[in-house]
Amino acid sequence: MLVRPKQGILDPQGQAVESSLRQLGFSVGDARVGRVVDLEVDSADAAAARAEVERMCEQLLANPLIESYEIELMDDEG
Amino acid sequence: MSSPQPRIGVLRFPGACDDRDALWALGALDAEAVFVWHTETKLPDLDAVVLPGGFSYGDYLRCGAIARFAPAMAAVSEFASDGGLVLGICNGFQILCEAGLLPGVLRRNESLSFVCRDVRLVVERADTPFTTRCTEGNRLTIPVKHGEGCWYADDALYQELVSRGQVVLRYAEPVNGSRNDVAGVVNDKGNVMGLMPHPEHAVDPLLGSADGALILSSLVESARERALAAV
Repeated sequence: MLVRPKQGILDPQGQAVESSLRQLGFSVGDARVGRVVDLEVDSADAAAARAEVERMCEQLLANPLIESYEIELMDDEG
Repeated sequence: MSSPQPRIGVLRFPGACDDRDALWALGALDAEAVFVWHTETKLPDLDAVVLPGGFSYGDYLRCGAIARFAPAMAAVSEFASDGGLVLGICNGFQILCEAGLLPGVLRRNESLSFVCRDVRLVVERADTPFTTRCTEGNRLTIPVKHGEGCWYADDALYQELVSRGQVVLRYAEPVNGSRNDVAGVVNDKGNVMGLMPHPEHAVDPLLGSADGALILSSLVESARERALAAV
């Protein structure tokens, strides 16, 4: 899961990173800092896994008032 | 006439650090304050609950995000939905927001710096159970100490809260980037309040200010009235 500040929400951490990158000479804009959560789920299929992870995001991993999330599934048979 | 001491529970989470100050301050203001451990599934017989400041569960993920699932929090939610008085201070405020008992969310300070100093506050509402000892427009001096006290609500929610009079305290000066300088809010029923400043650290002039006692003694008084009404 990739959890990050929603569009339009001020991200002071992203701003600090951006200004540091600029000081280093990189020409960057609109830096935003989020967080990645990797985990394993044991599900029957991809749809079930996605549904379960969505519930995790809604209940705990993201605060829907200020954060959006994206889910990426990787199949790991075995 | 002697009136009974109201019984106020102070929740203890791993990582809390202001629990003893809260217990002491409530006791000094004539309440019987008792600790409630976070694993308790039932609250003892209480007239009010205080969620103290600190860094419950190391502030992992988001402040208060883990603590809200502590067994005692289910009991606190039930207590609140039955109309019980609940006050969250600093980390307690963050927990109540994450638990959905209070509106909005507390985010990283706009400056990204930890703020630790006395701040001036303006009382917007003196008719809540937590501010009866104050008067509207009162200026209070109470310390803050937080890295994540920037209260946020989107436009629609903020306007709704203002129109319902749920903003109780505002900073009289810029502190952390909070939306419209909001420092403390109540829920729509008015029985749950959260604030970032620490009233328990300002109950004696020796500590620089006794203004925090106005908030806590309001709570003690309101809890006492409820205890008497229940007899």
